[in-house]
Amino acid sequence: MLNPLSHPGAGKPPMFGDYEAQRHWQEITFNLPIKQWYFNSSDNNLQYWGLDYPPLTAYHSLLCAYVAKFINPDWIALHTSRGYESQAHKLFMRTTVLIADLLIYIPAVVLYCCCLKEISTKKKVANALCILLYPGLILIDYGHFHLGFALWGVLGVSCDWDLLGSLAFCLAINYKQMELYHSLPFFCFLLGKCFKKGLKGKGFVLLIKLACTVVASFILCWLPFCTEREQTLQVLRRLFPVDRGLFEDKVANIWCSFSIFLKIKEILPHHFQIIISFCFTFLSLLPACVKLTLQPSSKGFRFTLVSCALSFFLFSFQVHEKSILLVSLPVCLVLSEIPFMSTWFLLVSTFSMLPLLLKDELLMPLVVTTIAFFIACATSFSIFEKTSEEELQLKSFSLSVRKYLPCFTFLSRIIQYLFLISVITMVLLTLITVTLDPPQKLPDLFSVLVCFVSCLHFLFFLVYFNIIIMWDSKSGRNQKKIN
Amino acid sequence: MAALGIAMGGGNWFSALALGVTLLKCLLIPTYHSTDFEVHRNWLAITHSLPVSQWYYEATSEWTLDYPPFFAWFEYALSHVAKYFDQEMLNVRNLNYSSSRTLLFQRFSVIFTDALFVYAVHECCKCIDGKKAGKELTEKPKFILSVLLLWNFGLLIVDHIHFQYNGFLFGLMLLSIARLFQKRHMEGAFLFAVLLHFKHIYLYVAPAYGVYLLRSYCFTANKPDGSIRWNSFSFVRVISLGLIVFLVSALSLGPFLALNQLPQVLSRLFPFKRGLCHAYWAPNFWALYNALDKVLSIIGPRGFLRCLILCALSSFLFGWHVHEKAILLAVLPMSLLSVGKAGDASIFLILTTTGHYSLFPLLFTAPELPTKILLMLLFTTYSISSLKTLFRKEKPLFNWLETFYLLGLGPLEVFCEFVFPFTSWKLKYPFIPLLLTSVYCAAGITYAWFKLYVSVLSDPPSSKTKKQ
Repeated sequence: MLNPLSHPGAGKPPMFGDYEAQRHWQEITFNLPIKQWYFNSSDNNLQYWGLDYPPLTAYHSLLCAYVAKFINPDWIALHTSRGYESQAHKLFMRTTVLIADLLIYIPAVVLYCCCLKEISTKKKVANALCILLYPGLILIDYGHFHLGFALWGVLGVSCDWDLLGSLAFCLAINYKQMELYHSLPFFCFLLGKCFKKGLKGKGFVLLIKLACTVVASFILCWLPFCTEREQTLQVLRRLFPVDRGLFEDKVANIWCSFSIFLKIKEILPHHFQIIISFCFTFLSLLPACVKLTLQPSSKGFRFTLVSCALSFFLFSFQVHEKSILLVSLPVCLVLSEIPFMSTWFLLVSTFSMLPLLLKDELLMPLVVTTIAFFIACATSFSIFEKTSEEELQLKSFSLSVRKYLPCFTFLSRIIQYLFLISVITMVLLTLITVTLDPPQKLPDLFSVLVCFVSCLHFLFFLVYFNIIIMWDSKSGRNQKKIN
Repeated sequence: MAALGIAMGGGNWFSALALGVTLLKCLLIPTYHSTDFEVHRNWLAITHSLPVSQWYYEATSEWTLDYPPFFAWFEYALSHVAKYFDQEMLNVRNLNYSSSRTLLFQRFSVIFTDALFVYAVHECCKCIDGKKAGKELTEKPKFILSVLLLWNFGLLIVDHIHFQYNGFLFGLMLLSIARLFQKRHMEGAFLFAVLLHFKHIYLYVAPAYGVYLLRSYCFTANKPDGSIRWNSFSFVRVISLGLIVFLVSALSLGPFLALNQLPQVLSRLFPFKRGLCHAYWAPNFWALYNALDKVLSIIGPRGFLRCLILCALSSFLFGWHVHEKAILLAVLPMSLLSVGKAGDASIFLILTTTGHYSLFPLLFTAPELPTKILLMLLFTTYSISSLKTLFRKEKPLFNWLETFYLLGLGPLEVFCEFVFPFTSWKLKYPFIPLLLTSVYCAAGITYAWFKLYVSVLSDPPSSKTKKQ
């Protein structure tokens, strides 16, 4: 309901979990002193939707709680307001999120599209519309504040307002720790910029300024929690629950898919799980990040954002299905450059959240928004005409491959067929999940299938985006200019 | 929605607009619905389970059948599809039955029957002269008209939230208007006759049809200065028109006449007791007189359209037991005029904005609040900006008073829905928001009516002959 361009009717039930969690945080932050927010106590039972996001979320909840107190104190009364649900309250919660979106996320999208180079105004408007129509962000109602801030960060850094950009991004991290998925590209890009300017002169100054900005913003957000070591440690423990294991529930990443064949969670010891997840994540994102540091460019930055976030999503631990939105946002940013693949990815990412959305009875809005998004993209960018190698940015890659395999000329044809198969599979799986009941012995069959299929897609996209980054050379770009 | 239009090339833009609004309607399925939902469920049950002789006598539910027979047959046809969704809704005794399948069926039936409205808008667009517009697609009058009609805020919230079947009925009306513009008078008359037997509220605008058909169809030629040539009266045409109306009425009321139920049907359709009779018809007669006094100068389809709108507005302002939704009867035809002349555009914008705002009290539930505000803002912003762009070469559309009035709707809404509920007056005088809304909107609608009247009266005759 967030996005004003679509109006999923208010009769939809809210996501009970997240909804109650947000309401509970307002209750906690308003009624308890700061020192007790992250600690388990008789008033604050951490098992019941305990606060597990960084301090900015808590401050935001506090602000909302003050507004709630003005309208109806019952909504945030300690203990007694658990499970509170009324029409007015739902409206209030939705409005707080809507306002946050209107102030932060939507202006960032609009401004980003305005700053795109080499395309006409019409295309800029179409681009903005497509991004705003992305079903994932419309259907998953809560908590887009961090994406908004991250987007401002990307905008700032791409337009050479480095300090503002990094400030915005620090705020984003302090809002939701999952933004750390995007932190490496930011770090590498800014480091690369400093190197380019020369570490003995301007570069060094920039480095110092950035370091100060980051440290200052972190201190500001964490000020109440910096006083005692125990406070800081407890908050960190809540933010990064290493005790919870490699994954929970069904999510479209490698570990969950792999566990269909081999139950890793049970075989390997706990700390070992964390180590291999760490290793795989960093190995998969290392090439792109190194390249970004050595050759910082705005385009490389955006693509590295995608591949890093995707690596984290696939290989990290305790990944939630909703984290795919952290990958979708950077993909939305490259929508104008590789429309066909981006649209495909965004459709798959929406599909990967199917079990979650069905649980919340969002089937009709899902179908409607997906159709609307697909049509908007298909017509704005004429995606079906842009599937040549050149358009898919795979030209340099296929040229290199053709040095060894002269017959490798059918890449775009393969990709088109793959797209067709993929769409048919997704539609079929959706129909099956909605209409049939799973067999008795395998009650999770459909969600597991959805996750597995999505995971295969994501692996494919990981390879694809990495290819683009690694084969995107200066000579390639010069050739484009000559042509 | 603008970007969809931009992105499409050629003739695809119309399909894009139609598809887009259909998707939006699907999203509105789970929203609040009024008692009209139960009304139509009841009528589905009555027409399905009972024989024709019982239809206008059945009174188990308080929502008795009070539309003409064609609508009853329409519900009968729908009920044969309904039985595949949920058999239970067709039981007359299941009062207030609203299972999820019932809701789905009813909402989808409204969305589906809107296809006729889409077709009618398509036909209306053909009647618009777009030669003076720019090359840009979004500046063409056809495009603006399609958006103003297909995405009309009032129709969206009345049909797809509040729940009614106005879409296809207005489709019939717009189609008959389009046929009259295309000089296919017999078809236009036929369609209007059919419409009357679907919903008799359209009787309000019947005088406009009558006068126009008489004037432009039955008198086959004009003198050079535009007035009637009395000896060109064609009996054949009068007879054929009369025959059409007679045949349609016979088809509709015939079965009930045979069953001797005509008085009962009429009493359901026109439910007033003795004594109120005069109060009901008097203002309408006055409206009739007002419209008819320009009989001899009404020339051309545009004149007919103005007359129709005047009839609709007059009956809205002065009629008996008029519902807020009846404003749509004036707003939708006015859209056709708005893309033609700047003066008409100005009147249209005042009428539409005020009229749509007056529909707000229909959706009084908290969850619909953001939806209705956002949809209204979108529609109003689009209509004002597109018409301003279309007529940018002429003088500005609004004077300072009109601008002030329209802007005043914002603070009014804020006061009624956000400030008032928190004040102490809410308990003592709970009717204040409704009162303020009604009075404020009445001022705007009356002003629009007055302006339209003045523009009809002051239209110089020479320009009218050119129009034809």
